Amino acid sequence: MSLLNREIKEEIDLWVQKFPEGKQRSAIIAALHSVQHFNNGFLTSELMNEVAEYLNVPKIQVFEVASFYSMFNTQPVGKHEISVCTNISCMLRGSDQIVDHIEKRLQIKSGESTSDGRIFLKKEEECLAACTGAPMLMLDHQYIENLDIKKVDEILDALEKKQ
Amino acid sequence: MNQLNQVVFANIDEEEPWTIDSYIASGGYEAWKNILTNKNDSYQPENIIEIIQESGLKGRGGAGFPTGLKWSFMQKDDTQKYIVCNSDESEPGTCHDREILKLNPHALIEGIAIAGYAIGATIGYNYVRGEFIDECYPQIENALNEAYQYGLLGKDINNSGIDFDLYNFIGAGAYICGEETALLESLEGKQGKPRFKPPFPANFGLYGKPTTVNNTQTLASVPMIIKNGPEWFKTFGTEKSSGTIIFSVSGHINKPGNYELPLGIHFNKLIECCGGILDEKKLKAVIPGGSSTKVLPAHIIENCTMDYESLQEAGSALGTAAVVVIAEGTCMVNLLKRISRFYFAESCGQCTPCREGTGWLYRILDRITNGNGKESDLELLVDVANRIEGNTICAFGDASAWPVQSFIEHYYEEFEYMVKHKGKTKAA
Repeated sequence: MSLLNREIKEEIDLWVQKFPEGKQRSAIIAALHSVQHFNNGFLTSELMNEVAEYLNVPKIQVFEVASFYSMFNTQPVGKHEISVCTNISCMLRGSDQIVDHIEKRLQIKSGESTSDGRIFLKKEEECLAACTGAPMLMLDHQYIENLDIKKVDEILDALEKKQ
Repeated sequence: MNQLNQVVFANIDEEEPWTIDSYIASGGYEAWKNILTNKNDSYQPENIIEIIQESGLKGRGGAGFPTGLKWSFMQKDDTQKYIVCNSDESEPGTCHDREILKLNPHALIEGIAIAGYAIGATIGYNYVRGEFIDECYPQIENALNEAYQYGLLGKDINNSGIDFDLYNFIGAGAYICGEETALLESLEGKQGKPRFKPPFPANFGLYGKPTTVNNTQTLASVPMIIKNGPEWFKTFGTEKSSGTIIFSVSGHINKPGNYELPLGIHFNKLIECCGGILDEKKLKAVIPGGSSTKVLPAHIIENCTMDYESLQEAGSALGTAAVVVIAEGTCMVNLLKRISRFYFAESCGQCTPCREGTGWLYRILDRITNGNGKESDLELLVDVANRIEGNTICAFGDASAWPVQSFIEHYYEEFEYMVKHKGKTKAA
């Protein structure tokens, strides 16, 4: 039985239509986003193989994309992803203290997930392009700007209740 | 401040400016409709290119290449051609394209359509940064659907004989994809590794076809230029740097934000617009155009106007107009270490000087800040940076070297102090 559900396949089909015939390789990135979304935030070899098969491209082409781009996780991670921007504009406005606070409160280091599998604290190297709202973080791709410790605690409190 | 938001952001104070009705109510799509109805016979593709050349519009993505000239490189035959918009905004300090995608997506769509028409492309792709997947992407995708519903895109649009289809694309997190040939590779579904140039995209671009890649802000400026004419655009800015640009002002500043202002505004005036330096501190330095441009100490930048020529003469560049403000008390060694960590993490690994060199730069800076620096390290840092610069396929290598060279040039004493004092900062 296919690991790709109907919704994923329909989404991939829509993407394939955006490109000229025979250029379905262009849909790999979008397909991986879709698959990762339905698989609690990470990719497995089996899922990547299925994407390759569905798109009719060599498996290696899917693997090399999954390994190159920072948004794809090829290891299991926590369900909710937090990325704190630590690039220059955010650093100047205190992002390191925000990261320290989250690490202490969750008792994990950047790049790790909580032991209950709920939260993944991503090690973010890129600037997230919200510099005028520094410091900021992304929670499951939602931008939250102008952070302070109190605001971060509220975010984490709400996440804990959310399960 | 009456000069604020005159071109790209002219309509963003309207109610829901991102909707097509709001955009049309403020004069949007007039330029595109005039082209479609051939209302003005002087709207042939070559005329459009001429207007953009005449306006002096330069690429806002960082390199500042004249947009009209870039368009003129496209061959004039009936081969399939592509227009690609670079919305992969990720130059540290820069966040204005994100606002265009969110607040004024139709200006971008109209600009891409006009550019496509001018260069003879019937298909366009808008490459949106992966991290924008849940915020900007739905906004620009909704806008695109609206444009189709209003019959402004598609085949033989309004019986004009003009075909233009536009698709949004989503990336997945890689700074290097902002480099135009890496972006094309990514769009083809590959790792984002820059291509050798030549051939340039105008000859060999997406899927090997002639392609023009322009930045989001550049393309979003086009509709107003076509509508109001090149002379109007040139009433803003300076003779050589015409028009307006969106300054993303961040860091130690009271009112950080995106300010669209005429090019050539004096630096001190810009800071005044942004409410002055944070906590009434003294200005120490500024990175004027994103992390890839050279840092300028206060006494230099305070004598600059914010345009392509002035900043180049001062030894830096306007880049993406991402102005990162640094107040007194900031440790320049730690700041450079953060910049170098970024380039080390984001090097695509294709060219040895960059792949290995960025690691060297970061590790040397790391040991200096950890108190294990050697006196010879400062010379070594500059030596490594010089060996990366100019020796890589794309400009990423230069971008990793310039901060190192300029920080050490202007703040040598701070680096020296830290080496001698086992990691203690001299920041002032």
